[in-house]
Amino acid sequence: MSDVRILGVGMHPWGKWGRNFAEYGVVAARAALADAGLSPSDVQYLAAGNTMRNGYPGYVAGSTLAQALGWSGIPVSSSYAACASGAVALDAARARIRAGQADVALVIGADTAPKGFFGPLPGDRPEDPDWLRFHVLGATNPTYFALYARRRMECFGATPKDFAAVKVKNSRHGLSNPNARYRKLFTEDEIAESPIVADPLRLVDICATSDGAAALVLTSADYAAAHEANSRSVRVAAVSTVTPTYPNTSLDLPDIATDSGVGAPPPPRAFRDSIAHAAYEEASLAPSDLSCAEVYDLSTALELDWYENIGLCEPGGAEALLHSGATTLGGRVPVNPSGGLASFGEAIPAQALAQICELTWQLRGEAGERQVENARVGLAINQGLFGHGSCVILTS
Amino acid sequence: MKPRIPVVAGLFTEDGGQARLLGGHCPRCGAWFFPKQWSFCRNPHCTGVTLDDAELSSRGRLWSWADNRYAPPPPYPARDPFVPYGVAAVELADEQMVVLGQLATGTDPERLSLGQEMELVVEPLFEDDDGLHTVWKWKPGGGS
Repeated sequence: MSDVRILGVGMHPWGKWGRNFAEYGVVAARAALADAGLSPSDVQYLAAGNTMRNGYPGYVAGSTLAQALGWSGIPVSSSYAACASGAVALDAARARIRAGQADVALVIGADTAPKGFFGPLPGDRPEDPDWLRFHVLGATNPTYFALYARRRMECFGATPKDFAAVKVKNSRHGLSNPNARYRKLFTEDEIAESPIVADPLRLVDICATSDGAAALVLTSADYAAAHEANSRSVRVAAVSTVTPTYPNTSLDLPDIATDSGVGAPPPPRAFRDSIAHAAYEEASLAPSDLSCAEVYDLSTALELDWYENIGLCEPGGAEALLHSGATTLGGRVPVNPSGGLASFGEAIPAQALAQICELTWQLRGEAGERQVENARVGLAINQGLFGHGSCVILTS
Repeated sequence: MKPRIPVVAGLFTEDGGQARLLGGHCPRCGAWFFPKQWSFCRNPHCTGVTLDDAELSSRGRLWSWADNRYAPPPPYPARDPFVPYGVAAVELADEQMVVLGQLATGTDPERLSLGQEMELVVEPLFEDDDGLHTVWKWKPGGGS
């Protein structure tokens, strides 16, 4: 299969800016095009991640952003896969390029987030699992994060101090990142004073909701080679957008119950493990090949789960790996060198693409103070509710 | 006495004083579903085209739990003043599945431990002029 490369990346800084999501998207797209040395008229296809929280324009983000960038007649697509939307949009653009239908595609994710807990869309919908879990149980996203965190404590002996150490690390990583929303170094004492939202998790253990945008310029290998004078490209070695395999007996948002294990063989691996597995298979790479990783730290505790899901250690080994310094900048395989969601907060359709922007800068050696030494292989992983996997591997 | 009104119809019953979750069961492959949600079995290995209405086990083992200290957004019917509430994930042995539910009123999350037996109960979630709006919850114990 023909190679696809990333020729340019760009972001709009994360924050709570209160403007229309398309404004952020255009800033990120123009930055990515400038980074690639291209102009909007060079783009042959536009793929965008949708936002559910900005009315109809958010459901058709591809055309909203195409109009905002100035109609050029190109085909667009609009993808929704919750937090995995960016990867699904990237996958659509990659397929288009591989099929020979385009040489240059622009992939954009942008969001304007509400304050506080994410809630379901309005209306009375007992058949919508997302509505049901809020109405009947008050099960917010942090409730699920807390259930996973408590499970980790009970099964592996993790402690709130371990979770705090993730926050300290990521807040240090994000300090020098100009696109991060929070550039403040947290201490363990400050974290211990943070109010409990969903025990065992405190407010600072849980990622905020943010405005922001990220964009990629994706090209065929030939096109990248011809424009390499403009910008150093990186190779997209794998894109995994897998869904669970029945029976999915792992508790997953927004469901109030898992599948039943009766009547079907267990899947070869749990859903979160399968997301990375598919990417490693496609890239013919192994966890030991990684230079760095961006993992979806919706909560501090969840970052530790991801270490195991992407094969950095065995189940139950994440706390030891964290405390060894291996996942800190300067360590063997720094995790979330960008500062992660701890430093950004979550801008849903932009987040998977923001991870890829960071990996691109790392592989090009352009990450400044947060540069991972000699970075050659980067993995970004994330999961969207309703069963969306997202994992991308880039190589230099 | 105020009437007891389920917050959502068709998900649970307390008929005869016995709390039960109402789900689906495939007569062909034996899989369970909660909520029943659709009229067909969604096991891809199964050719079943119907799903029976079925009651799930009312006892299970604690898989994990959380204690919520902030009022969730609507449609959660949070009352003022807000009362913190726990959420438990309970593993049902026969069904081989995990089902969420709030912790029964008065449960101290500090005293819970992984794997302990939990029992289904039906309790008011909130009260208004129309009556007591009920929901299923998980209560520790039930080991008898």
